[in-house]
Amino acid sequence: MCETDQKSSKNTPRVATGDRAILPEGAKTIPVYIMGKMYEVPETLTIMKAMEFAGFRFLRGAGCRGGICGACPTVYRMAGDYKLHFGLACQTVVEADMYLAQIPFFPANRANFNIDEIGGLPEAIHALYPELFRCVACNQCTKACPMDVDVLGYISALKQGNIEKAAKLSFDCIQCGLCASRCMGEIPQYHAAQLARRVYGRYILPLAEHLKARVAAIESGKYDEMLEELEAMSKEDLEKIYVEREREPDFAEIGSWQPKETRYL
Amino acid sequence: MAYTPEMKELIKRVEATRPERVAMARRNENYPALSMDERADVLSKFHPDYQTTGKKTVAVGPNKGDTFQEGVARMLESKSMIRPDKVDLNKIDHETDVLVIGGGGAGTSAAIMAADGGCKVIIATKLRHGDSNTIMAEGGIQAATHECDSPYYHFMDTIGGGHFSNQRDLVAALAKDAPLSIAWLESLGMLFNKYEDGRTVVRHCGGSSRKRLQSSGDMTGAEIMRVVRDEVRNREDQITVLEFSPAVELLLDDEGKCCGAILHNMETKEFSIVKAKAVIIGTGGFGRLHIKGFATTNHYGATMDGVVMAYRAGVGNKSLHSTQYHPTGVAYPEQNVGLLITEKVRGLGAHVLNIDGEQFCFPLEPRDVESAELICEAMEKGKGIITPTGRVGLWLDSPMIEELHGPGSVKKELPAKFIQFERHGIDISKEPMLVYPTLHYQNGGVNVNGESETCVPGLYAAGEAIGGVHGENRLMGNSLQDIITFGRRAGKNAAAYVQGGVEIKGLSLDHVLKFEKELEDAGVEEPGVAPILLPDYSTDEMTERRWPEALTKGAPAV
Repeated sequence: MCETDQKSSKNTPRVATGDRAILPEGAKTIPVYIMGKMYEVPETLTIMKAMEFAGFRFLRGAGCRGGICGACPTVYRMAGDYKLHFGLACQTVVEADMYLAQIPFFPANRANFNIDEIGGLPEAIHALYPELFRCVACNQCTKACPMDVDVLGYISALKQGNIEKAAKLSFDCIQCGLCASRCMGEIPQYHAAQLARRVYGRYILPLAEHLKARVAAIESGKYDEMLEELEAMSKEDLEKIYVEREREPDFAEIGSWQPKETRYL
Repeated sequence: MAYTPEMKELIKRVEATRPERVAMARRNENYPALSMDERADVLSKFHPDYQTTGKKTVAVGPNKGDTFQEGVARMLESKSMIRPDKVDLNKIDHETDVLVIGGGGAGTSAAIMAADGGCKVIIATKLRHGDSNTIMAEGGIQAATHECDSPYYHFMDTIGGGHFSNQRDLVAALAKDAPLSIAWLESLGMLFNKYEDGRTVVRHCGGSSRKRLQSSGDMTGAEIMRVVRDEVRNREDQITVLEFSPAVELLLDDEGKCCGAILHNMETKEFSIVKAKAVIIGTGGFGRLHIKGFATTNHYGATMDGVVMAYRAGVGNKSLHSTQYHPTGVAYPEQNVGLLITEKVRGLGAHVLNIDGEQFCFPLEPRDVESAELICEAMEKGKGIITPTGRVGLWLDSPMIEELHGPGSVKKELPAKFIQFERHGIDISKEPMLVYPTLHYQNGGVNVNGESETCVPGLYAAGEAIGGVHGENRLMGNSLQDIITFGRRAGKNAAAYVQGGVEIKGLSLDHVLKFEKELEDAGVEEPGVAPILLPDYSTDEMTERRWPEALTKGAPAV
């Protein structure tokens, strides 16, 4: 159902539309082995688009197609080399004689908790994920991470009770599960990291006091009348106050600037 | 991947014209901007929103008589994927209080709030829980949390940005709830960029009068999605998540209340019936329709499902003719295709060039004009650069920035872009970027009021699927806020509706029969079948090799 007809003049070239690749005249193809079977695909395509070019249609194994959702973890090696490589299918370009397979899902234990009750102590995390201590520091998790997260680093930090360090080291995690797929200790690293980040955000990082005051003001109905006034205003009047509104200077230090008009704050 | 030798050869033409162009820029001379008449001309010829070609006026349903992009109109004038008279609605597979359709940020927030309201909830989602545009939003989330700001100014910036075409009760709801959303996310343990005392770091964005954009690194949407999804997983006694099971049709009862949906398990191809006292649509946008063939920033499942289903149930939409295109999406390398390149690059002086290294437009026209000029140069004049995968693009001469502002300025001013391209072997301080307009956001959507209610009792909607919050132009950081504000409102209000006592009187698909009869009466020829659920990226050659003509209908294992 994608629209492809966009011919507007005799100069209009035939081009790829949407995410569908085409093979322009004279373009090179290379052989890749998808789950062991050879396909000829255009060079410079990502693994994901190369598989689509080859005729596969994804249900699992494709998500945001922009490197942030973790749906398309892929393992591959090059012909003649034993070494395994890991990457996201949407972010890794095909190379000639690449042998690849996707791992769209890998089982991993997740422990339930109540964020309002868990508190900020590492013992709570240790109690939920005792398998953390099965880590043998082989570092396969870090090697497998397509986001270059120091997985072993945050697991070690968690074992040592350093929640802040674990939260910061794991921040770029996209929860694709490649770490868990490689773990000798069968640790669900990314679930433990998620818990650590939430505990850090809720109990260790200071809460926003200015926000509490604003929430209280909103709940007391302070802004209801002001918003009703705007809702009822004529378009001309709205345009006028819109154009005349003061703008906070770009380089004003946070909290230092006050507008001249303070009635609506 | 680095530029191919063939592309490097073309870059030499850019380098050949650069000294003269840099000298010109130093003299403060620009390629002439278009007059207002010329703007109108190029927009009407080449901008998808302004072109009169490729449009269609719909002949049926609540928006009968309104004109949309052909692809969108075809979705609205489509048939159901099931034959309503053949479905046995007495066989209920799941019963619940609230059914949430869509597992992105809006649906997930709604599910948590409905559960908080004492309801049993089912989330039915097409791909995995969390696969959504929410997860891809990088920049931040608007909320008037600081003392020099207030919901009053958030309202004003939002409606001014939308050219005053926004639905006002929605803007008021957004402005009022925004700080509450931030406080809620903080209480769930979301990590915001903060100062040492806990104050949130805020920045300006285009069209803001106060610094109001809070963020979480450069992956704000992903952090929101991770946290709300994790919270749903903590509540498995109350919330059931059905993945790879999109809704394909809504169910109404004999009184016209929404009372569930038909789901399709895309892995096993089964259908199932969910009976629910209230239904919330959180299905996101339509980027994957690839209107007029454009690449998109959207996730794989963004195919307008909720708008289509609601339309058959009698819920119309607004502003759906308006789509946000960004003039400079990445056209190469493949990994980044469709992703955005900030306007700042042109702001710093980079020229936009054709295959001969020649300028053809003023680089800082308004977004829609700039997009139209790029499309004209590539598609009408045939002066685009074709990539090894058959994609078309134009050069954005970033190395000029080094010459105009001094060595190292690209890396200093555009650190994230620099790294993004460097990772794929392209040094944008030395080589130009290849760009083309990309489809970014569905500005319009389902009609709701400020409480997230549609005109059908028991049916709510939230997020990119709804229309009116942003009018015809959305400010950065308001989409993530839209998702949380209206997701929470939908969940809370659906729960209150359920707790007020809902009696379902007979499940029915009569609205679908009626709609399809209307299609027939209106003489709509060969209506498509929708929702389409996923785009199809099979090449033309592949489609041919599947022998669509020669294949016997009903052939096994096809």
